[in-house]
Amino acid sequence: MLSETATVGGIFSLAPLVVFIPLAGMIFNMLFGGRLSQKLVGGIASAASGLTFVIAVLLGVALYNQHGEPVVVPFLEWIHIGAFQVDWAFRVDTLSVTMMLVVAGVGTLIHVYSVGYMHEDVIHQGDPSRFRRFFVFMNLFIAMMMILVIGDSYLMLFVGWEGVGLCSYLLIGFWYEKGENGIGNAIAGNKAFIVNRIGDVGMLLAMFTLFWVFGTLTFDEVFELAPEIAATTPAYIGLITLFMLVGVTGKSAQIPLYVWLPDAMAGPTPVSALIHAATMVTAGVYLIARSAPLYTLVPESQNVVALVGGLTAFFAATIAVGQNDIKKVLAYSTVSQLGFMVAAVGMGAFVAGMFHLVSHAFFKALLFLASGSVIQGMERGHHLEHHAHEHDLKPRKKKSKEPPFDPQDMRNMGGLAGRMRTTYWVYIVGALALAGIPPLSGFFSKDEILLEASHLNTTVYILLTIAAFFTAFYMGRQVWMVFLGQPRSAAAEKAEESPAVMTLPLIILAVLAFFGGLLNLPGPHTFGHWLEYTFEAFHLEMETLPFSLPVALISTLLAVVGILLAWMFYGRQPLEKGQEDPLRGILGWIFTGMQRKWWVDEIYHFLFVNPYIQLSHVFAEYVDWRFWHDWFHEVVLAGSFNQFARFLNFRIDAGIIDRIANGLGNGTQQIAGQMRQIQTGYVRNYALSLFLGVVLIVGYILLR
Amino acid sequence: MMVPINYFVALSGILFILGAVGVLVRRNLIVMFMSVELMLNAANLAFVAYARHYLSMDGQVFVFFVIAVAAAEVAVGLSMVIAIFRTRQNINVDDLNSLKG
Repeated sequence: MLSETATVGGIFSLAPLVVFIPLAGMIFNMLFGGRLSQKLVGGIASAASGLTFVIAVLLGVALYNQHGEPVVVPFLEWIHIGAFQVDWAFRVDTLSVTMMLVVAGVGTLIHVYSVGYMHEDVIHQGDPSRFRRFFVFMNLFIAMMMILVIGDSYLMLFVGWEGVGLCSYLLIGFWYEKGENGIGNAIAGNKAFIVNRIGDVGMLLAMFTLFWVFGTLTFDEVFELAPEIAATTPAYIGLITLFMLVGVTGKSAQIPLYVWLPDAMAGPTPVSALIHAATMVTAGVYLIARSAPLYTLVPESQNVVALVGGLTAFFAATIAVGQNDIKKVLAYSTVSQLGFMVAAVGMGAFVAGMFHLVSHAFFKALLFLASGSVIQGMERGHHLEHHAHEHDLKPRKKKSKEPPFDPQDMRNMGGLAGRMRTTYWVYIVGALALAGIPPLSGFFSKDEILLEASHLNTTVYILLTIAAFFTAFYMGRQVWMVFLGQPRSAAAEKAEESPAVMTLPLIILAVLAFFGGLLNLPGPHTFGHWLEYTFEAFHLEMETLPFSLPVALISTLLAVVGILLAWMFYGRQPLEKGQEDPLRGILGWIFTGMQRKWWVDEIYHFLFVNPYIQLSHVFAEYVDWRFWHDWFHEVVLAGSFNQFARFLNFRIDAGIIDRIANGLGNGTQQIAGQMRQIQTGYVRNYALSLFLGVVLIVGYILLR
Repeated sequence: MMVPINYFVALSGILFILGAVGVLVRRNLIVMFMSVELMLNAANLAFVAYARHYLSMDGQVFVFFVIAVAAAEVAVGLSMVIAIFRTRQNINVDDLNSLKG
C-alpha cells in the first residue's frame, strides 16, 4: 500500500484530535453548560471548533513539509469479520485537510457569530434554556463532519455521513414546536431526514456492491484494485458510482432529491450557513472527489453526474429568481451552486469542483450569516416599533391579534443599507462573489468550472452558463429588494445593526470571499497543485487548462447583464409597499412557476407522498387492523385461547377438580350425619353397647 | 368344711348380673353407682374365692387394688353427682343428654 511508506508520527498523531476536540466541547457543554453563562457556553464551543482548526492547520503544514504524501493514522480496530476488515483510521491527505480547514475554519466563524445570534434568537423564540443545546449540536456536527472527511474507508465516511444527517435533522427542528401550525419546523426536519434516507439507500447499495466486488471498503485498497476490475467488468464500477450518485443527490441536494434543502431553512440561520450551505451539503461533492479513481474509470457515470449537476444548477437558479423569502433565495442558490460543483467533479474537473466548494463555503456562509443579521435587524426594528406605539413590556400577547410579521420576507424590507452599514457592505461582497464578478473568489472558481465544461461537455457548459446568468440576476434582485430603495415596512424603517460579535465574523468572511480567488489563480494554480498530491497518488492525471478569455468574458458579461437587468426591474424603480413583482407582468405564468418552485413539491406529493400515504392507509386499515388485529389477533389467537380457557374452566376445573373436592366434602358430611344418630346422649345406651361389646369380645375369645 | 368353689362363682355371677342390669335399667345416678359397686364386689368375690381355692395371694392383692380404686372412683363420682345436682336439681341420667349427637 502507498501509505505504508509514509511515516506516521509527530504532528500526524494529532489527527484523531480533530474529531475528539469538538466532541469534548460537546460533552463539556452537555454536562456543565447548564451552570455556565451563555457567553461561556458559546465561548467553549467556539474554542473547541477553533482548536480543531488549529490542528487542521498543523496537519496541513506537516503535509506540505512532506510534499503532500498521504498519511493514514491508524487509531482503533473496529470490525474484523472474516474477510471484512474495517478499522478506525484517519486519512490525512491534501483533500481531507482542505475539507477540514473549510469545515473548522468557517465553522469557527459561524460558532462565534452564533453566540450573538442565538443570544437574541432564544429570547425572541422564548426559551433561553435552548442556547446550550444549540452549541452542543453544533459541536457534534463539527465532530461528525470531521469523521466524514478524515475517515479512511467508505464505512467510516458513512458514519460521519449519517452523523451530520442527524445533526442536520436536530438543528432544522431546533425550534420544533414553532413554524406553520406549530409543527412546520418539525415537518421540515422530518422531510430532510426522510429524503436523506432515500439517498442513503443508494450509499448503502454502493457500499454493499463495493464490498461484494472489491472485498474491502478501505480507500487505498479499493482504488488500487479499481483499474483491474474496470478492465474486466466495468459495469460493476458503473453500478457503484451510480449508486453513490443517489447518495450524493440526497446529501448534496441535487435533482431529484433537492427538495429538502429549501425546507431546511426552518433551522436557525447559522445552521443554514454552516450545515445547509458551507459544509454538510458539500459532502456529496467531497465523496465524488474522493472516489475520483472510480469515477474516472467509467465516463458514462461521469456524464450522468455532470448532467445531474448541470440540470440542478440551472433548475434551482430559475426557482431562486421567484422567491420572496430572503433565506429561500439563498437556499435555491445553494442548490444551484452545489449543482455547479457536482457538475464539475462529474466531468472530472475535481480541482475546479473542490475550489468552488471552498470559495462557495466562504461567500455562501457570508451571505447566510448576513441574511441572519438582516432578519434579526428586522426583528429588532419590529420590536422597537411596537414599543414606541404601546409602551407594552409584553408585546407578544398583543401581537397574536395582528397577522404575524415575517422578518424574512424581502417584500417587507428595503432601504436597509442606511440602517445596517456593515451587513450591507459584506452582503454586497458576498453577492458579487456569488454572481461571479472579477476579481472576487466566485469569479475564479466558477470560471474554472465553466472553462472545464467548455472543453468536456457542451450541454453542461450551456446549462451552467445560463445558471450563472440567473445567479447574477437573483442576487441583484435580492440586494435591491433588501438593502436599497425605500423601507416597505415600519420594521425596516427602524431596523438596527447587529452587535460586533456577529459583524466581526461577517467581515472576516467577507475578506475571505473577496480574496479567496488567490488560492487558485489561473497562472500558479496553487490549490490545484496542492490537491494533485492526493489524486496523483492514484495515478490520476490532472491537466490544468490554460485560462480562456472568451469563457471568462462570456460569464462576466452575462453576470453584468444579469445585474443590470436586476437594476432595471428593481433598482431603477424600487418596489413600493404592496406592489406586485415587476417580473410577473413580463413573464406571466413562468414567474408563477418560479415562485411556486415549478410545483415540484406538489408533483412529489401527487406521485409519491400521497400514494404512499394511501398505501399506508390501506395497510393500516386492511392488513394491520382487519387482518392482523380483527382476524389474527382477535379471532385466531384470542378466540382459540378463550376456547381453550373455557375448556379448562368448565371441563377440567369445574368438571373434574371441583367435583372431587366437593364430593369429598359432601361424602364426609353424609357419613357424619349418619354417624351422629348413634350418639343418643343416654348413658344406658353407651353402657349397653359397652356391655355388648365386652360380651362379643369375650364370647369370641371363649368360643374361638 | 369347705364351701365348694362353684357356690362362690355362682354367687359372684348372680351379683355381677344384678349389678349390670342395675346399671342398664336404673335412671338414678346414685343407684347406678351402687350397681357398679355391686359388679366390682362380685368380681372381688370371685378373686378371693379362687385365691383361697388355689392357695395363692395374687387374687387377694388384686382385690386390695380394686377396693382402693373403687373407693377413689366413688369419691370422684359422688362429688360429680353433687355438682350435677347443684346445677340441675336433678340426677336423672335420662335428662343428662346434652352431649347427644
